[in-house]
Amino acid sequence: MKSLEELRAIREKAREQMTLRKEDGPQSTRVIVGMATCGIAAGARPVLAAAVEQVSRRKLENVSVTQTGCIGVCRLEPIVEVLAPGEEKVTYVKMTPEMMEKVIAEHIVNNRVVKEYTIGAEEPGPAAN
Amino acid sequence: MDFVRSHILVCGGTGCTASKSPLLIEEFGKQLKAAGLEREVMVIQTGCFGLCELGPVVVVYPEGAFYSRITPADVETIVSEHILKGRIVARLLYHETVSHDSVNSLNDTNFYKKQLRIALRNCGVINPENIDEYIAMDGYQALAKALTEQTPDEVIQIMIDSGLRGRGGAGFPTGRKWQYAKSYKGDQKYVLCNADEGDPGAFMDRSILEGDPHSVIEAMIIAGYAIGASQGYIYVRAEYPIAVQRLEKAIGQAREYGLLGQNIFGTGFGFDLSIRLGAGAFVCGEETALIASIEGCRGEPRPRPPFPAERGLFGRPTMNNNVETYANIPWILINGTEAFAAIGTENSKGTKVFALGGKIVNTGLVEVPMGTTLREVIEEIGGGCPGGKKFKAAQTGGPSGGCIPAEHIDKPIDYESLSAIGSMMGSGGLIVMDEDNCMVDMARYFLDFTVDESCGKCTPCRIGTRRLHQMLDKFTEGRATLEDIDMMEELCAHISKNSLCALGQTASNPVLSTLRYFRDEYEAHVRDRKCPARVCKSLLQYLIIDKCRGCTACKRVCPTDAISGEVKKLHVIDQEKCVKCGACMETCKFAAIIKE
Ligand SMILES: Cc1cc2nc3c(=O)[nH]c(=O)nc-3n(C[C@H](O)[C@H](O)[C@H](O)COP(=O)(O)O)c2cc1C
Repeated sequence: MKSLEELRAIREKAREQMTLRKEDGPQSTRVIVGMATCGIAAGARPVLAAAVEQVSRRKLENVSVTQTGCIGVCRLEPIVEVLAPGEEKVTYVKMTPEMMEKVIAEHIVNNRVVKEYTIGAEEPGPAAN
Repeated sequence: MDFVRSHILVCGGTGCTASKSPLLIEEFGKQLKAAGLEREVMVIQTGCFGLCELGPVVVVYPEGAFYSRITPADVETIVSEHILKGRIVARLLYHETVSHDSVNSLNDTNFYKKQLRIALRNCGVINPENIDEYIAMDGYQALAKALTEQTPDEVIQIMIDSGLRGRGGAGFPTGRKWQYAKSYKGDQKYVLCNADEGDPGAFMDRSILEGDPHSVIEAMIIAGYAIGASQGYIYVRAEYPIAVQRLEKAIGQAREYGLLGQNIFGTGFGFDLSIRLGAGAFVCGEETALIASIEGCRGEPRPRPPFPAERGLFGRPTMNNNVETYANIPWILINGTEAFAAIGTENSKGTKVFALGGKIVNTGLVEVPMGTTLREVIEEIGGGCPGGKKFKAAQTGGPSGGCIPAEHIDKPIDYESLSAIGSMMGSGGLIVMDEDNCMVDMARYFLDFTVDESCGKCTPCRIGTRRLHQMLDKFTEGRATLEDIDMMEELCAHISKNSLCALGQTASNPVLSTLRYFRDEYEAHVRDRKCPARVCKSLLQYLIIDKCRGCTACKRVCPTDAISGEVKKLHVIDQEKCVKCGACMETCKFAAIIKE
């Protein structure tokens, strides 16, 4: 180790890899991908991979990507929920990796819900959410 | 590039390794591969989580799901349910983390919520075999700062201001020790790390070396810089193979990164480290014996002064600290003396790690702020005595320490208050005893240990401890008189005063402290020829009472044919033949056999 910069560079890189192991703070946003059999069959795995990749690429702090089981509306899978502190849960349906990228860019980074992907857009009416 | 979405942490401490955690890692590898997940899920072996009772332990992130007592058969379930489908397997979770179907953070469980982890900060968090993970947790930042921004005197001043005291037993202020070591000139100076950990029941130092070896290495380099030493030795017992292997790996990685060797951070300062294996003698933890052992001589202590700071290893100025003492140091340099001094009590700053053992539900490793009460440690964190038994006493300081009776359970744990009640902080072994433990027998157990471990160099310790042990035998066998109590006290004083090193000087403590708090128990062994806790065999009788249905089960298990009786009639035990093994009592389904 010849310099402090070298140490710093190693630290930054290793930190990125370890963000997964942080306990969620109250200020963190959670992106939850439905990964039950129905979700996986409908293509949730690449959606999950896209979410993880985007969060990691953009070095988003306080955002965790987790999975959950069957949410109950299997025909709308892959389903992704976004839980941001102090906001209502937003449920995105029939997701693809490309849509996931857009949700991260718009919703998580710029704080603008991508309305056209939400369950409300897909199935209008009170019963939907 | 692959993006890892989940980390599976598997405990690789000695406890979990003994309960086959390496098999789990292998099985995770296999199952993840079979599910095609090996590129997106990382399996990491960590150090000890502390909850050894529940091992092997597996934690899955990002959910932070804490799985306990996992078998290889459970691995498939965790992979197919949790990892693949995102359904946490509730039945395998540590029950305290589950409430109303939701998973709580481990930090909210009784075991963890009162803990404050400084020395153990990275244990169970990082992969100890990967230096990058240590660096990610601010590792080697303290060294970088010390070397590039602080003078040796400034580093020493920080240690003094922090109030850190040695965790190896004696509690000597670390900063002052560094100051002495710096003040002596020499062509070569040494920094030592005492990882002998001979106190029976203690495994704090082992867990730190296994879970976070770089924290000790970093601190030793800093110590070298502060006192002007360029070579260090870690003296670790050969019975700690995992710790040794991880240390070796860590030293290799530190060398590769140029954190050990010449010209560290381009400052011109150089330092290197070697490991020396001890053969597991308790006395080799005493620093002058440790030095002799590193030199290749018999592990025997010598009188001090001269202190090692003046004339230590190979006759050169030497500074020795304990593993846990070192593990605190990088944290202090990064977080500042105020942060450290804010934790703890007036004269005992920071935290202390304890190895909980004996009659306690959560056997394991805990780190609490100094000043935490024994009650908090035993009842809240430790979960109390199993089976609803009553807490009787706790032994701290192992064979050199004393017992703390139930009446002092609300005393804060720090150096001064433990000495005031006749015990000592010691290195951190904490053995819990309940109503079924005989205090005379307990004192005898520790004397047994010191008799074996006395190196034999000085007479008071070599002969004195043996005589003391024989006197204790008289009590447990019902041959003692009341005068023996006085004689024993006299002998204790003699051994303490005249022994060469602290092994002998403290060997009487278990006897003195049990005499202080449980004198009536000694007296009962003499006057009533009874062992109130029903432990000392010579003073016990097994008897069959009229609940006996004559099932003959006891008769069949008795190894000495001491039980007679016809079917469906009351059986009797021939006291002459009985060897008091207790097999009959365990077998009896009718609670018809008692011991008194
Ligand atoms: C019999 C005996 C055994 C000891 N065993 C240990 C030990 O295993 N580990 C340890 O750090 N200190 C042990 N010590 C204390 C050391 O002599 C020394 O005080 C300590 O390593 C200093 O480090 P510290 O100032 O960081 O506590 C022992 C002392 C005696 C008398």
